[in-house]
Amino acid sequence: MKNYSKTISLLFRSQLGAVLAFLVIALCFAVADYFYGSGNFVGFRNMRSISHSAALIAVPALGMTIIIIAGGIDLSAGTALTLCGTVFASMLKFSPVTNEASSFGGYILIALLVTLATGCICGLINGLLISTTKVVPFIVTLGTMTIFLGIGQIIAQESTVYAPPEHVPLWLQNLCYTGSNIEKYNLIRYVPTDAILAIFLAVSVGLLLKFTIFGRNVFALGSSELTARLCGINVFLTRVFVYTLAGLFVALGSLLYYANVKNGNPTDGQGMELDIIAAVVLGGGSLSGGRGSILGTMIGALIIVVIQNGCDLLQIPNTVTLIAIGCIIIIAVVVDQFRQKIEPSKAPDAAA
Amino acid sequence: MSDHSLLEMQGICKRFGPTIALENVELEIQAGEVLALIGENGAGKSTLLKTLSGAHRADSGRMTLAGEDFSPSGPADSRKRGIAMIYQELNLAPDLSVEDNVLLGQPGTGGGLLLRSTQRSRVQEALATVGLEGLSPTAIVGKQSVATQQLVEIARALACDAKVILFDEPTSSLPQNDVKRLFEIIKRLKNNGIAIVYISHFLEEVRSVADRYTVLRDGHSVGSGKIADVTDQQIISLMVGRDVDDLFPVAPHTPGEDYVEITNLSGNPYPSPTSFTLRRGEIFGIAGLVGSGRTEVLRCLFGLDTASGTVKKEDQTIRQAVKSRMRQGFGMLSEDRKTEGLAQDLSIVENITISNLRPYTTLGFINLFERSVRAAELMQQVEVKAHSGSQLVSELSGGNQQKVAIARILHQDSDVLLMDEPTKGIDVGTKAEIYRMMGELADKGRTVVFVSSYLPELLAVCDRIGVMARGSLREVRDAADWTQDDILQCAIGIDEGS
Repeated sequence: MKNYSKTISLLFRSQLGAVLAFLVIALCFAVADYFYGSGNFVGFRNMRSISHSAALIAVPALGMTIIIIAGGIDLSAGTALTLCGTVFASMLKFSPVTNEASSFGGYILIALLVTLATGCICGLINGLLISTTKVVPFIVTLGTMTIFLGIGQIIAQESTVYAPPEHVPLWLQNLCYTGSNIEKYNLIRYVPTDAILAIFLAVSVGLLLKFTIFGRNVFALGSSELTARLCGINVFLTRVFVYTLAGLFVALGSLLYYANVKNGNPTDGQGMELDIIAAVVLGGGSLSGGRGSILGTMIGALIIVVIQNGCDLLQIPNTVTLIAIGCIIIIAVVVDQFRQKIEPSKAPDAAA
Repeated sequence: MSDHSLLEMQGICKRFGPTIALENVELEIQAGEVLALIGENGAGKSTLLKTLSGAHRADSGRMTLAGEDFSPSGPADSRKRGIAMIYQELNLAPDLSVEDNVLLGQPGTGGGLLLRSTQRSRVQEALATVGLEGLSPTAIVGKQSVATQQLVEIARALACDAKVILFDEPTSSLPQNDVKRLFEIIKRLKNNGIAIVYISHFLEEVRSVADRYTVLRDGHSVGSGKIADVTDQQIISLMVGRDVDDLFPVAPHTPGEDYVEITNLSGNPYPSPTSFTLRRGEIFGIAGLVGSGRTEVLRCLFGLDTASGTVKKEDQTIRQAVKSRMRQGFGMLSEDRKTEGLAQDLSIVENITISNLRPYTTLGFINLFERSVRAAELMQQVEVKAHSGSQLVSELSGGNQQKVAIARILHQDSDVLLMDEPTKGIDVGTKAEIYRMMGELADKGRTVVFVSSYLPELLAVCDRIGVMARGSLREVRDAADWTQDDILQCAIGIDEGS
């Protein structure tokens, strides 16, 4: 039993900082909003809105977490996401059937599969390029970032793709619903469906990383590629799979994004990767690999959203919000590095 | 020469977390003198030099340079005071010219502007002193040989008027001829009144270059004096601090029948086609100079580097891939513990089990509890000193890290253990434990391949020893039929002949 409690305390210790930071930031906004704002910050409606917005970042960030733990980075996540969204929007727009037709569900299923496949292919391309050319992930994905944007533009014919409402299934229209109409919640009353989805996916990825050979190999690969090779881990396959899997999460994220904005615009994705990476880093992910956690990433996404949401409610200009988020990211990493530095020396004398 | 020492260190202490690197170290050196700093790997030699060069700060103790207090705030400060360090791994900017490298980071290069023309005479003078008159100052450093690069680095030290030059095992990567040239240059520097601290564990080298010696053992300075006054035996006993018999406690074992047959194993560029046979239950030593292809043999055997040739175990040919070699019972301990041997920022349990997680996996899920129990058993077996299995490997001392790495190949249940410099950089006590473990493994019928640069341990521990030169295994004999001299002859002699 002692072993379990130790594991749990260790798990918690590494995420405690992010949780605390989130609570402090949320508390600050709650107090500020109570005195200077509308007083709406603390309230079920706003919590729904926050959880929904966080899900939009968190889902693609799950894939990014795996990549970052494996010692990589994916700058193409943003444009790959909107490329997938554009593919999905186009499939809906040119749907031969509408809501009323009985074959509608089958068509939607195909559209979903094509979208998920698009995401996986984007990731697969990244993974293969990185593994075969040995060019650093930063450069490879910088390249694919604009390639995906270009492909998205071709599909969208350099405009925005709108699908008529009768081509969009109801559950998808309601995927991001946060209002007060009970009928519009797909799964649980008053809990946005996208938030439920994000939590479900997060738990799955968390289990995958912690309890499977693949997950442990990802950590080993990120910590030291040489060691991974020495331990008989197939570095090539593991890395390609990591990026492909991340592509799947990007595609899932694109569905949420489509449900949110109800159109497909390839240019929306520019800069989106930065929020995604920021969520991972705020959650304790190390860009040198080997470190990162799903719980941390979820909290990281929440921190970003809470700042955006709180600033909105307090009518703080968007410019200031951007600066605040930037500062928080830098502070988080500095604090984390400091913690890393002092931890080994805090440990009692092992040699004694 | 003044009656004061040029450089003096008193009571220097330095700790890194749990490890004591230096304790009460005393050292002094006069101008125009070569002091040999002798000690085994891990004795604290490099730490001491880094303290002098300002890369580390001593926790306590006092240093004086030319009679004045000396406590460098960093490498730049130390350099300014006239202390230059020539590292084992050279510290040059490979893409810059010789001239730019010599002038790199030096004062007086013209108010932020680099006025090469005014400096050229200084650069050429320094190059001439190290015997590089013929080298163009505009040549690119990265295109020169290692030996030349080392001389450029010495020239850099001269150009900034170094009073003390520290050499950290400067001959470890040099061919024989260049070693002679280096020694001549060191003598020349000495005659110019420069004090030299020379780190090495090769006693022959020390004798031919140094005037005095200081021996370090486990972070203590245990003796110093004139090199002419002591025998090699005396220095060795200072280095190890006990009799050689206690040092190599190998468990008794008897080699059995032929087990692994290696035919024409060759890689790019090394090893050149090499064939040998390993017996069951034996410790097979591989000796040879650094760069003779020892490590490459192990890597090709383990499938880490691409190789041709066949490896047969019990008459079964094994595919050349790490995974299949591992499945056939091969296990490898890397020479580079820090970056390859272990994943430093993962836990002990993780490092021990990562190469073999299948036993704990049901339906794709790892039973973490079972895994940590098994890892704890192994930690106990190899006596890893740590709070718990969840401690990060980077927090352990070198010896304990090595035990974790060994625990991993035990966990893989390997029966052909390829160990590349398993005792490098670890303390004497742990070394003895590792020798004992090797013997026990051999006694259980496992085969250990032991690569080492330290001949006494090879001679004491191994059943048979093969000597590598120029990428292939030249000669294999029973350990009892070798002497240190024979091995060196075989390792070097052929080198010169070809």
